[in-house]
Amino acid sequence: MPDGAQPILDVRGLKTVFKIRDGEVHAVNDVSFDLKPGELLGVVGESGSGKSVTMMSLLGLLPTPPAEIRCGSVMFDGQDLLKIDAETLRNVRGGKIGFVFQDPMTSLNPVYNVGMQIMEPLRKHMGMSKKDATLRAQELLELVGIPDAPQRLKDYPHQFSGGMRQRVMIAIALACDPQVLIADEPTTALDVTIQAQILELMKELQERLGMAVIWITHDLGVVAGIADRVVVMYGGQIVEQAPTRELFKNPQHPYTRALLKTVPRVLGKREDRLQVIEGQPPILGASPTACPFRDRCDVAFSRCAQENPVRYKVGNGHDAACFYDARNKGPRNV
Amino acid sequence: MSNTQNADTKLIEVNNLKMHFPIYSGLFRRHTGSVKAVDGVSFDIYDGETLGLVGESGCGKSTCGRAILRLYDITNGKISIDGDEIGDTPQKDLRTKRPTMQMVFQDPQASLNPRMTVQAIIQEPLDEHTKLSKNEKRNKVHDLMDQVGLNRKFAGRYPHAFSGGQRQRIGIARALALNPKFIVCDEPIAALDVSIQAQVVNLLEDLQKEYGLTYLFISHDLSMVRHIASRVAVMYLGKIVELAPRETLYSAPLHPYTKALLSAVPEPDPELHDTMKRTVLTGDVPSPANPPKGCNFCTRCPAVMDICQKNEPEYREVLPGRFVACHHYKDVTTIADSTAASEASDQQSLSNTNNTTN
Repeated sequence: MPDGAQPILDVRGLKTVFKIRDGEVHAVNDVSFDLKPGELLGVVGESGSGKSVTMMSLLGLLPTPPAEIRCGSVMFDGQDLLKIDAETLRNVRGGKIGFVFQDPMTSLNPVYNVGMQIMEPLRKHMGMSKKDATLRAQELLELVGIPDAPQRLKDYPHQFSGGMRQRVMIAIALACDPQVLIADEPTTALDVTIQAQILELMKELQERLGMAVIWITHDLGVVAGIADRVVVMYGGQIVEQAPTRELFKNPQHPYTRALLKTVPRVLGKREDRLQVIEGQPPILGASPTACPFRDRCDVAFSRCAQENPVRYKVGNGHDAACFYDARNKGPRNV
Repeated sequence: MSNTQNADTKLIEVNNLKMHFPIYSGLFRRHTGSVKAVDGVSFDIYDGETLGLVGESGCGKSTCGRAILRLYDITNGKISIDGDEIGDTPQKDLRTKRPTMQMVFQDPQASLNPRMTVQAIIQEPLDEHTKLSKNEKRNKVHDLMDQVGLNRKFAGRYPHAFSGGQRQRIGIARALALNPKFIVCDEPIAALDVSIQAQVVNLLEDLQKEYGLTYLFISHDLSMVRHIASRVAVMYLGKIVELAPRETLYSAPLHPYTKALLSAVPEPDPELHDTMKRTVLTGDVPSPANPPKGCNFCTRCPAVMDICQKNEPEYREVLPGRFVACHHYKDVTTIADSTAASEASDQQSLSNTNNTTN
């Protein structure tokens, strides 16, 4: 993808808050990122880091209340998705932006056959006739590698295996030729050999159809294999952003560094003892006034408890939200 | 691990273990078939070692672990723990053996009773199997909590007040309460976050060193098994296809399934992804109620031969300590043989793919 291309999706200062009985949970805190055409952006983070809530907020999929999108903008196709009315947003969602959810077992409707579910966006968004939609649905099933498509359209979700169901989900998301596909942990519920199949399929489809993809995962290995650029989230914030190779070779945020050390490998040298990130992930609550990682950080100093760092540029297309400069081994001069 | 391992004593011997679940169907609920969840599995676990058991979901690895502890009445086979045969012991006589063998479950949410305090949960095995006084029990629970890294002040709290990693620690403390020799860890880290997994694995290793425990570590996470296990068994559709010491299995896998499984693990290193040779298996795992004829893996095997669809390969020790069930290694007796056979199977997969693409 050419550098400096106009981003197709531009998220600025997104803040999502959940109202609970005694206060607020700041689940997404001042998140900004962009997505270039034809790019595959990996979003990595542990559970509770805010990666799914970020994607749900920008598509207006969160129930309000309890959720409230407090500020920010999501520019897509010349309009701000947070400002447009529900009807227009519904046209974008499932049309120009496709979505694949984590759990293929629960995200398909068990009482409709698969064909109906693939045809639904085609008929709603593209106004296709039933006949055209059926043909297109067959094409889509073949595209995602399900053999015997005309017959399989009549089958119900329970007649498909997990990997096949996820392929159906991808077919639904691709139905209206989206410009952006958001995939939320699409392979987490699958076995490794099936995951390898889906990853292969996604890479191939992305190249063939030229869409931009946001791939949410907690698995650094998956990101290493498919992403062009990676965003690392922790405690509802983006803590680091870099091109994939740069991130793995040269991680700048202490969380990313620790995370890369804590996962054991299948190849190469085996460590006798696993590196551990001590402590627990933060419990999100009121708006953070300090770095969310400071309690588990090995280079934290006094400033980390007083201010929440913004993202500082540390290299070409590489930024990290940390007061500690890992290159100069000392506090950053800011 | 290695310093406590007593390489000669077999703590667990499993011989031709079968666990079939009956299927009843039709108007009269007739017995029409069975799900062969575990279908003839044999292995030994040495005192003080960790045997890793890996495989995809549905391959029968959890059932195998549970069957060894006799949580099921097994269909066939022999299980000997610490010299005692328990394969056909009636459940009520097993109670006296239970303290030596314990289990840590996968889901820390579901395996702890939400209406019991941590104290009561960890104490329950002591209530059942010991005659300690109330005070002694309380002290013992506190000791256990210290060992697994839980603050003993939290003994009066309920499971919901703990995070996933802490709940798994409660489960581990409960398993340790009766000083067992053998613990089956059934996917103990699968439900945990990446940064918490390492904490729990390190805890399991520390406990093993301290008490000379023997683990059967069931997991689908091949990289974590490489870290914790000293020997690894790979299961596919109810059978063990390969069993070997850790380093040899990961550096020179023999069975085509092991090769494919290892190459499917995404490594956190972008450079490797460019250079690595990948075998992507096609299709899904067949149903264990209706396994294919011949070798169980023949429907997905990249190196499949004619004989694989007819005869079931024998599971045998091809080299000392290395067990494989594959027709490619039928005549192998030396290391040179095995390398040659391994290359031959790779060649076979190449020619198979060429045939299908042409």
